[in-house]
Amino acid sequence: MTDRVARVVVTDEGPLLVSGPVDIVLPDGRRVRSERPVSALCTCKRSRRQPFCDTSHRRKVRGEGDHAQQ
Amino acid sequence: MLSSSPVRPVEPPPLPEPRGPLSAAVIGALRRGPEILPPVDGTDPYGADLQLALYCLYEMHYRGFAGVAEDLEWDPALLTVRTAAERLFLDALRAEVEPSADVDAELEALLVEPVDGTGVSHHLRRDGETWQVREYVAHRSLYHLKEADPQAWVIARLDGPAKAALVTVEHDEYGAGDPDRMHALLFADMMRALDLDDSYGAYLDAAPAETLAEVNLMSLCGLRRSLRGALVGQFAAVELTSSPGSERLVRAMRRLELPDAAVEFYAEHVEADAVHEQLVRRGVIAPLLAAEPALAADVVFGIRASGFLADRFGDHVLRCWSEGRSSLRHPLPRESPVRAGRVSRPDG
Repeated sequence: MTDRVARVVVTDEGPLLVSGPVDIVLPDGRRVRSERPVSALCTCKRSRRQPFCDTSHRRKVRGEGDHAQQ
Repeated sequence: MLSSSPVRPVEPPPLPEPRGPLSAAVIGALRRGPEILPPVDGTDPYGADLQLALYCLYEMHYRGFAGVAEDLEWDPALLTVRTAAERLFLDALRAEVEPSADVDAELEALLVEPVDGTGVSHHLRRDGETWQVREYVAHRSLYHLKEADPQAWVIARLDGPAKAALVTVEHDEYGAGDPDRMHALLFADMMRALDLDDSYGAYLDAAPAETLAEVNLMSLCGLRRSLRGALVGQFAAVELTSSPGSERLVRAMRRLELPDAAVEFYAEHVEADAVHEQLVRRGVIAPLLAAEPALAADVVFGIRASGFLADRFGDHVLRCWSEGRSSLRHPLPRESPVRAGRVSRPDG
């Protein structure tokens, strides 16, 4: 990175992408630290791993096969 | 960052048992040195013989085998066999997979979550048993003990933003500077917590052709610059589908009350791959196609070929389990009694 300003990418479908290790302060005052080079923060409120994205924002479909590789 | 764990000596795995004339010839040549190798034509491209021969030849580029001269990695006779076997495998995949250059549509299709999915992770979440989780992990060990290595080959073939973003994802796979957080190491921790052998290559003899083919596709696309688009497609397919799949495995393991050390690997992937998905789509694929638009069809090929092989693997495993038998060539020894107690109770 050429400057020290953290970059936040606002995605249209899901999480905020925050660059660099970040300290996140939750509504109850709890602090969560992420050391990842980029962190994805949940905005849809559906994630079971708050404050991080777990891809729960994805559209649910019925009967379209199974693409999961796991 | 320095590791707090002791460094393990690197020991190459033993050569596997052959599974037909081609793999016997390749393994023989690796053991005894170059010799005349049989023609590859007529071998089943998805069969165990060809897939094991390819797997062994690729493994020379990763960790090699005990007692095998390291320079056989570049032996012309072995490379000739490898190229012929790759052609058969690749031709079969190209014939199987519908061509398309619509990458956006392909990614969209991966970004929906089936509520009634039928894959292995869906089965494990709903009603998988501990012995099935252990088998699944043994299959996956062929890739995950060298997780991110096949994709690292592509770095030198990319340029600019696509390269930077791919390296960011790979860096995370390798623990983002913390060797104790390397995904391959977390996978080994999980194996030990499930009373599995975490030594590299321990389950090669047990792995059926379907398991080998998935890893071989990664090595094939990683080692060939002409397939860099397909490698990126394969990587994208894994990263896009891994987060929900990992969540199902976490739920399966929690339901089965497996130890935290076992759950951690997939728990890490739920969060990490939610980020990787975004980085691969926005950071790797978009700039790659802006720089090299002609690669679009190969990106789709990589996605579809890996999906096709993933389905074959899943069908094999679920068919075996539905018949009440092991999906491995050699069933796993039961958990040792001491460890079994730890495996069947929640940790702490």
